[in-house]
Amino acid sequence: MTPAMRGTIEMTIGLAHYLTVGAILLVLGIFGIFMNRKNVIVILMSVELILLSVNLNFVAFSAWLDDLAGQIFAMFVLTVAAAEAAIGLAIVVIYFRNRGSIEVEDISTLKG
Amino acid sequence: MIAAAAFYLFAAILIASAVMVVTSRNPVHSVLFLILAFFNASALFLIAGAEFLAMILVIVYVGAVAVLFLFVVMMLDVDFARLREGFQRYAPLGAVIGGILFLELVLVLGTWSFADLAEDLRLSPNPGGDVTNAEALGRILYTDYVYLFQASGLVLLVAMIGAIVLTHRSRPGTRRQDIAAQVARAGSVNLRQVPLGAGLKTLGIERPPLPEEPKPAVTHDAGHEGHH
Repeated sequence: MTPAMRGTIEMTIGLAHYLTVGAILLVLGIFGIFMNRKNVIVILMSVELILLSVNLNFVAFSAWLDDLAGQIFAMFVLTVAAAEAAIGLAIVVIYFRNRGSIEVEDISTLKG
Repeated sequence: MIAAAAFYLFAAILIASAVMVVTSRNPVHSVLFLILAFFNASALFLIAGAEFLAMILVIVYVGAVAVLFLFVVMMLDVDFARLREGFQRYAPLGAVIGGILFLELVLVLGTWSFADLAEDLRLSPNPGGDVTNAEALGRILYTDYVYLFQASGLVLLVAMIGAIVLTHRSRPGTRRQDIAAQVARAGSVNLRQVPLGAGLKTLGIERPPLPEEPKPAVTHDAGHEGHH
């Protein structure tokens, strides 16, 4: 990396710190999906955490390269994440209305 | 120096609240820690210089998505104790997979480097100067990425319609406004001039006329048959 490419992130912080935080968030989100096997709402929240870590990486690279396309892409990711959360919660609500529970194991009976 | 200290503080709170999101016993606490995580992530965005995205994160995520989660968690009357049953069983598996993934990510982080020409390959370089972040983003978003912008609007529209269609249910027995019947109503509301000084005692209460007897449908249809 050349010094000219260093954007608005100050030298004391560095790109690797942002990427490490993003990696930890991603791993925590995946860990949450595995651990809360019965609670769909917490699984949706874990997916939100994963998308947040992706956004953190986009913004970090965008700031480091001084390229605004990464922030544009992060904005689209935010849009799709909001739509996904709305649809997912709507599905959870109608599933709970029909079955009286939100356990993931029961959802596999929806197939067919 | 202050930026570095603020970065470490916000990153530590972000990771701690993310841990609490996935391990909390009560989903309401999970949502509240998720809100805290979003606030700290927006602070990290601010440190990186993405002011507009930081504000969007607070407004859209904390203001809309997290509150939506909170609504759903509080609306569903779920027995939370039963949901925690498989907690211990799946924790080792999740820890192993997460650990392997984190190890791989660390290996990637330690070895990669930018290409030499990465600076020339930038799609939309930051104009810099006195152009603010929001203004620069708007210039790019409404010129280069306008079709993607419209497409994301379509995604939101479809999501909104889908959520309404999914959760809407028409219950029988509810009374609704029948606009066609209201508009077609005639004869019961009259406007007429009454003599001066005539009160309720002389005029009486004006009642709407009794509904007409439905005419036999056969003769009615026969009269209009020739038009078709």
